[in-house]
Amino acid sequence: MQAISRPLSRTAPKSLRRAAALSTWSAVPAGPPDPILGVSEAFKADKDPRKINLGVGAYRDEHGKPYVLNSVKKAENIIASSNPDKEYLPITGLADFTKAAVKLAYGTDSAPLQANSVAVTQSISGTGALRIGGAFLGRFYPHSKTIYLPTPSWGNHTPIFRDSGLEVKTYRYFDKKTVGLDFAGLKEDLKNMPEKTIVLFHACAHNPTGVDPTPEQWKEISDIVKEKQLFPFFDMAYQGFASGDFARDAFAVRHFVSQGHQVVVSQSFAKNMGLYGERVGAFSLVTADPEEKARVESQLKIVVRPMYSNPPLSGARVAATILNHEGLYTEWENEVKHMANRIISMRHKLYDNLVAQGTPGEWGHIKSQIGMFSFTGLTTPQTKILAEKAHIYMTADGRISMAGLNGHNIDYFSENVSNVVKGTL
Amino acid sequence: MSNGTIHAETWSQVPLAPPDSIFKLSAAYKDDTFPNKVNLGVGAYRDDDNKPWVLPVVKKATKILLEDPNLDHEYLPITGLPSYTTAAAKLILGEDSPAIASGRVSSAQTISGTGANHLGALFLSRFYQFNGDKKVYLSDPTWVNHFAIFRNVGIDPLTYPYYDPKTIGLAFGAFLDTLKSLPERSAVLLHACAHNPTGVDPSREQWGQICDVFLAKGHYAFFDCAYQGFASGDLDNDAWAVREFVRREVPLLVCQSFAKNAGLYGERVGALHIVAPTVETAGRVKSQLSVLTRSEISNPPAYGARIVSLILNNPELFDEWKRDIKTMAGRIIQMRKELYKLLTEELKTPGNWDHIINQIGMFSFTGISPDQSQALVEKAHVYLTQNGRISMAGLNSHNVRYFAESLDRAVRGDL
Repeated sequence: MQAISRPLSRTAPKSLRRAAALSTWSAVPAGPPDPILGVSEAFKADKDPRKINLGVGAYRDEHGKPYVLNSVKKAENIIASSNPDKEYLPITGLADFTKAAVKLAYGTDSAPLQANSVAVTQSISGTGALRIGGAFLGRFYPHSKTIYLPTPSWGNHTPIFRDSGLEVKTYRYFDKKTVGLDFAGLKEDLKNMPEKTIVLFHACAHNPTGVDPTPEQWKEISDIVKEKQLFPFFDMAYQGFASGDFARDAFAVRHFVSQGHQVVVSQSFAKNMGLYGERVGAFSLVTADPEEKARVESQLKIVVRPMYSNPPLSGARVAATILNHEGLYTEWENEVKHMANRIISMRHKLYDNLVAQGTPGEWGHIKSQIGMFSFTGLTTPQTKILAEKAHIYMTADGRISMAGLNGHNIDYFSENVSNVVKGTL
Repeated sequence: MSNGTIHAETWSQVPLAPPDSIFKLSAAYKDDTFPNKVNLGVGAYRDDDNKPWVLPVVKKATKILLEDPNLDHEYLPITGLPSYTTAAAKLILGEDSPAIASGRVSSAQTISGTGANHLGALFLSRFYQFNGDKKVYLSDPTWVNHFAIFRNVGIDPLTYPYYDPKTIGLAFGAFLDTLKSLPERSAVLLHACAHNPTGVDPSREQWGQICDVFLAKGHYAFFDCAYQGFASGDLDNDAWAVREFVRREVPLLVCQSFAKNAGLYGERVGALHIVAPTVETAGRVKSQLSVLTRSEISNPPAYGARIVSLILNNPELFDEWKRDIKTMAGRIIQMRKELYKLLTEELKTPGNWDHIINQIGMFSFTGISPDQSQALVEKAHVYLTQNGRISMAGLNSHNVRYFAESLDRAVRGDL
């Protein structure tokens, strides 16, 4: 259209413009690379053909390739042939998805579900669910603005809850000496917490250690939580992935609910449905009754709306299709079992290899740990050597994603781990 | 069976939040059994049969993805799909943008326009050197969610005069005077095109004058661009204001949405582009966008970004998209013309109706009063918001006459 010429005299002096422009972001510090996602960046840059990525917790098949579940592909085809629109979802997401998601987590015979008292919103995968939860608790939980995380925990938990406005503290969890659960320490710390404070529990397949309480230990934990009136926040990112059985992996959540605890639950379908980048998750709360559920959901909407208005469509449709279709649900269940079993078999193979190579130290934890990750016990310097000399990538805390191991690379991996422990790499 | 007996009072003090006003309107429309009811509250494009319209180019791109044997669902990088964000930046800033050429643009994929606004506001809240308290200036009126977005990150939203109800147009003098009177280096939100909710946009000459004041005062321009292509039917035309401000080196960011122009609403496809003064700064800015994103969503949803990436990076698909955009913008412009013709030539409705054809984009501020709006809803089963705003997308060849007649009666007080 029309071209407008701007006489120079009508602009501000260049020096003022430049100064203003230069000063705008001059104080912005360089942010550090993400400790987990940054590993994948380093791996991508490496050209060595033997390289192995054991950083991020994404499942890989026997050939080290991402695995798109058959049940997911089928669901996608069903959806495509229905000529779907792209209309906005409600703020709390696709109802067919959220209803089915909570059934999966709590169990269909769960009392609060039957009483229509579970408030739920779709979320941007597990991260988004935790963030909504943190923001909601920061705003409305009347008794505390502090959340206790296990030591160690997923690295992103701390910034999520801090940025939600909660104070972050820790409780003992992992015992370096036994490479197992510091149950006595955990119980003591729970007992010493201020009453009614918020406590985060990994429902199953603890990230990063893979060390889970047994059902008996969960019962004891539940009793202490009841006694101290602590508020349980469950992060369940691996339901089905831990043991291959959905009900078994949800034991802690379901036990707490049956004991009358008012829990909140963050759920992710990133791993168990392989929907990672589609960001499928849910955040739910056990409330007193349907009227309270309505109030709580109305406030969940107020949390979501100024952040992103409403959640993404496609992944939720896939998840809803699978969860609500009997045949697809069974097929999905079998695929999850298959993934879980492949990981378990890798654990056994790795243990056998390390022992056969006479690797110093105790390695039983490789077999007893649960889920996608294993805390190897390797030190940060050892992980650096493995990256530099053997092109094997893992996070600096010695956590490996078992899913990154397969029949083709496990010997190369165990040999190099053995050597780095022996000091000969 | 006990249900949450341990902390039965935990959520007892959580108040019931009022439902979104647009939601109430939509619900009332849905429940209405009147056969000629009209929904002019909808913020999504509808075809001539009042149906949602999945763009033909989107259907093509969808098929390509569905049939791609190599497609997986892996995590995107934290700042999104690079082929998408790069192309999205070029789309709004121009292929030959000096800012892009010199590597000064930090882009992040976001959860549609809301996500971009939120991330931009959050970034400002953390890193902008505010001149005093954290404040942002929004047009009066503006998209209602803008207020909540800024408050949510601790920035106080104030307003500048924008809409003049007397002229049903731009209160340009008051707008400019206010910009001049603001503290130096104020953060000011500007609608890049197709102002929501008024449909009133500055002319290029007026944009030039606005830019002068920004430069003189060192203001920061927070552009919200949710309708590129939708305003005039031409992508470059609608991006003119943003590109002009970049050319003249106003410090700025731009929020971008593909909800409307690609009809991808629920897929949540958006982007935030921050134009930094140097390459080195752009690197630091991007690293912080990454940190902010990681603690909220970790990484953005892949599917919609893949669709848009295909469209933007494939010349044939891109051309087809431009045609689809013209179809949508064209139908809306046609409805404006129809309505205008009915009001001025046939019904001879009292008042000046030039604004119907002068206003731009999906929305139109009719200029009628809240009482008249209410009468339309209650008596004529025409659903629009209290401020007299109508969504042109809700008009079609089947209902435009009924609407014109109802509007005419409302103005005359005959409803």
